[in-house]
Amino acid sequence: MSNLLKEINNLFISNVKAAWPKFRIGDVLKVELKIKEGEKERLQAFEGLLIADKGTGVARMLTLRKVSYTEGVERIFPLYSPCIEKIEVICRNKVRKAKLYYLRKLKGKLKLIERTEK
Amino acid sequence: MLGLIAKKVGMIQMFLKEGVRVPVTVVQVSPNKVVNKNTKHGCGYSALQLGAGEIRRKLLNKAREGYFKSRGIGNPLRHLKEFRVSDSLLEKYNIGDLIGIDMLQGIMSVDVSAISKGKGFSGVMKRHNFSGFPRTHGTHEYFRHGGSIGMRAKPGKVFKGKKMAGQMGNERVTICNLRVMGLIEEKEVVLVRGSVPGARGATIEIYPSNRKARPVINLRGAAAKEGTKNPMKASKALSKGKASSSGKASSPGKASSSGGKK
Repeated sequence: MSNLLKEINNLFISNVKAAWPKFRIGDVLKVELKIKEGEKERLQAFEGLLIADKGTGVARMLTLRKVSYTEGVERIFPLYSPCIEKIEVICRNKVRKAKLYYLRKLKGKLKLIERTEK
Repeated sequence: MLGLIAKKVGMIQMFLKEGVRVPVTVVQVSPNKVVNKNTKHGCGYSALQLGAGEIRRKLLNKAREGYFKSRGIGNPLRHLKEFRVSDSLLEKYNIGDLIGIDMLQGIMSVDVSAISKGKGFSGVMKRHNFSGFPRTHGTHEYFRHGGSIGMRAKPGKVFKGKKMAGQMGNERVTICNLRVMGLIEEKEVVLVRGSVPGARGATIEIYPSNRKARPVINLRGAAAKEGTKNPMKASKALSKGKASSSGKASSPGKASSSGGKK
């Protein structure tokens, strides 16, 4: 990315950037999303393990994975979307890869995420 | 029409208030200098010749250097381009005047011309979106061909304009009616919705469009809900919605609003 492009990018994200906590791959994050239902607006939370962090600048995307009722659910969030109200780090895990796609293939007990304390 | 010589910086994404992501091209418009004036009297048509971009003196030949010198322009310019203008507009400018991004103030949509990225000698599938032939079922060495190019003894020729393989790209392309998402004046930047021909860093021409600006987004669900139930009136509701969203869209940072309707 050229310098000017980076500057423009920063213009768009600078005010949002400060609001988010520091997180890493392997963290369990809770994302609160603004959802519009007709006239009303409410918050919907999604809690999951951060398995991928892709893209740069405004285009940065987070992939969260959780296992709900033994079924894996993944959701991708644009980090700088105005719809994201809050991001919270629930707990941290020590992982050795930048993309945790191998979790998708795990079976049985391993499927459930082991949680370590903060 | 009077346009400006500009530079394609690259593409980014932009969020609207509704959370919709929109592709945006960043266009840098440094001030253009009026280098020459062509009058009906002298040249048979009236036009302004604008110049932009710096160039090292070493790269100029004597003729070019002399051209700038004779017009009293100290720093030679890399790009020169003539824009046909009306006589009344021609009178407003003098040689040496600067025309900057201010010209695009309050403009809702622009046309952009540039040389597209060259793709070389391309086959019909890439160049004209032909379908090619089946991968299997006995196709023999005939996968990306165009098929038949004509009939039989009558007409006995291939019609002109038949879509065939050939040079693709590296030609002048104009994209009309690109919505202006915002101006960042201190950085001399225009944010234009959608893509623009050429590679990053390419020199482009940007003109105020005389078409009606398109809505920023074509929301299928959300906008329809806001407006009236009559689908025939949906377009009206959209234009209302866009007025509010465009104002918000340019709010991040110091991007100034693209102003009201033309």
